[in-house]
Amino acid sequence: MTEINTALTDNIGRRNRTNVRFRYLVIAGAVITVIPIFLIVGSLAIKGFRQINLAFFTQPAPDTFQAMMAASTGDIIPGGIANGLTGSLLMVFLASLFAIPPGLMTGIYIYENSSQKYARFIRSLAEILQGVPSIILGIIAYIWIVKNITKGYSALAGSVSLAIMMLPLIIRSTEETMRMIPVSIREAAFALGTPYYKMIYKILIPVSFSGLATGVLLALSRILGETAPLMLTALGSPAISFDITKPVSAVPLLIWDFYNDPNMVSLVWSASLFLMVFVLSMNLLARSVASKHKYI
Amino acid sequence: MNNTSQNDNVLEIKDLSIAYEPGKYAVNGVTASVKRNSITAIMGPSGCGKSTLLRAINRMHELYPDIQTKGDILLDGQSIFSMSVIELRRKVGMVFQRPNPFPNMTIYENVVAGFSLNDIRMKKSRRDEIVENALRNVTLWDEVKESLYRKGTFLSGGQQQRLCVARAIAFNPEVLLLDEPTSALDPIATLKIEDLLGELKKKYTMVLVTHNMSQAARISDDSMFMYLGELVESGRTGTLFTTPKDPRTEAYLTGKFG
Ligand SMILES: Nc1ncnc2c1ncn2[C@@H]1O[C@H](COP(=O)(O)OP(=O)(O)OP(=O)(O)O)[C@@H](O)[C@H]1O
Ligand SMILES: [Mg+2]
Repeated sequence: MTEINTALTDNIGRRNRTNVRFRYLVIAGAVITVIPIFLIVGSLAIKGFRQINLAFFTQPAPDTFQAMMAASTGDIIPGGIANGLTGSLLMVFLASLFAIPPGLMTGIYIYENSSQKYARFIRSLAEILQGVPSIILGIIAYIWIVKNITKGYSALAGSVSLAIMMLPLIIRSTEETMRMIPVSIREAAFALGTPYYKMIYKILIPVSFSGLATGVLLALSRILGETAPLMLTALGSPAISFDITKPVSAVPLLIWDFYNDPNMVSLVWSASLFLMVFVLSMNLLARSVASKHKYI
Repeated sequence: MNNTSQNDNVLEIKDLSIAYEPGKYAVNGVTASVKRNSITAIMGPSGCGKSTLLRAINRMHELYPDIQTKGDILLDGQSIFSMSVIELRRKVGMVFQRPNPFPNMTIYENVVAGFSLNDIRMKKSRRDEIVENALRNVTLWDEVKESLYRKGTFLSGGQQQRLCVARAIAFNPEVLLLDEPTSALDPIATLKIEDLLGELKKKYTMVLVTHNMSQAARISDDSMFMYLGELVESGRTGTLFTTPKDPRTEAYLTGKFG
């Protein structure tokens, strides 16, 4: 007995040292992960800040000649990303319209019928869809919409490819959120004679609102930066356009264009800075919504 | 509707059997009745089928398609299976083991949830009246009248449970089903609920599942004792406690099992 006790006390010193070492290891790991993030944001801010002004948001991208003139005199490049901004907003709006309602409904359906074969099949489908590379979704939207419906590159095609990307994200986050609602809440609603559909939209959806909204916002922030599928669908456009049957630009498409034009390099930084800040605030918004309307 | 059932028995359970899995009966051939304006306690060891029996009375089992029910239950002489489930649940309210106010609703909204969830519209003044009455009936009014518009989940466990009773009686049901409503509460909150049930007896008929024999003895008029899915014995609570007919009842009451 005493031997065990001394062995234990002997060990305490060693265990404490291991503890301390491990803690430093964890801190070091955290620092190493965080450094690149600061470097990215820092260099974007330093290089991109100069270009951000009112015109950056209100004017479409400059043509290469304007940019060349500015670059040669060292002025800031005229024009901005308004065509990309409006295109992105248009497509994200349409994609949300296409993806959010069916995504929520499918998620609820899978949750409600989780023991049924068909529901399980849909869930695996969503899982697979989530793993499909986005460029392939672009090709699918190209074949469906660009070839057959709008007969040319279009905002509609871009929206469809983004919607297909959002769909599995929303389905899965919805299902997982619903899973967290205690059965007793559902039963309480049923015990009051609540019809099924009303239980869903007056109890399940409001109770899990924060989880649902978080899922949607994260899906939005995910598609906001998506570039590859848009190259095959929305193509890009130098002008501001709200015609869904015509090509439109998008912020990530503009970044790609700027990158390919040696005269517009500084716009790459500012557009990237903007996109990053936008997506980041979306994530922060998701967090604050999640904590504010948390019931479960 | 015949006269005796109209006056005496609100509920008549006839040869009721319920199976969660085919062939395995959690409730087996139960025949019993519940008198108007009384408290009937259902007792028995854990797993004997008390909750299963209780949940049959408002057809809660229909939420789970695998559950099989045989036999019949009459409410005021009419089979509950011939009523619309919404009508039935308006007449038969339920209070659960754990307080479960709707977390997205305020105290006020919780009390009138039965109306709003069924699209029953009414004037604000009428709603206010229902809320105040229901909360007064469960002796919660004075505690919450200043915070009607706060979420119901901010209340203490005992207050939440009284809120759940208020939610059930706001609908003015005939029968109130209570599944161990005090098992998650401390002794003082338990006493409050018990007093409340004694008071509510004037207006409603109650069926109370309880683990707690002294609770059954304190507040119930009639008792049923269940064992392994069967109704072993039922009768006036006083009689059943003092002179049980079945040896299993006696064994349970003397603490030999359960
Ligand atoms: N959802 C379910 N699926 C399968 N079997 C179940 C289910 N619910 C209950 N049972 C079984 O049915 C029997 C009766 O359960 P019930 O919940 O009615 O017991 P109880 O008397 O209320 O017990 P307790 O006092 O512990 O609440 C038990 O054997 C239990 O294992
Ligand atoms: Mg039970």
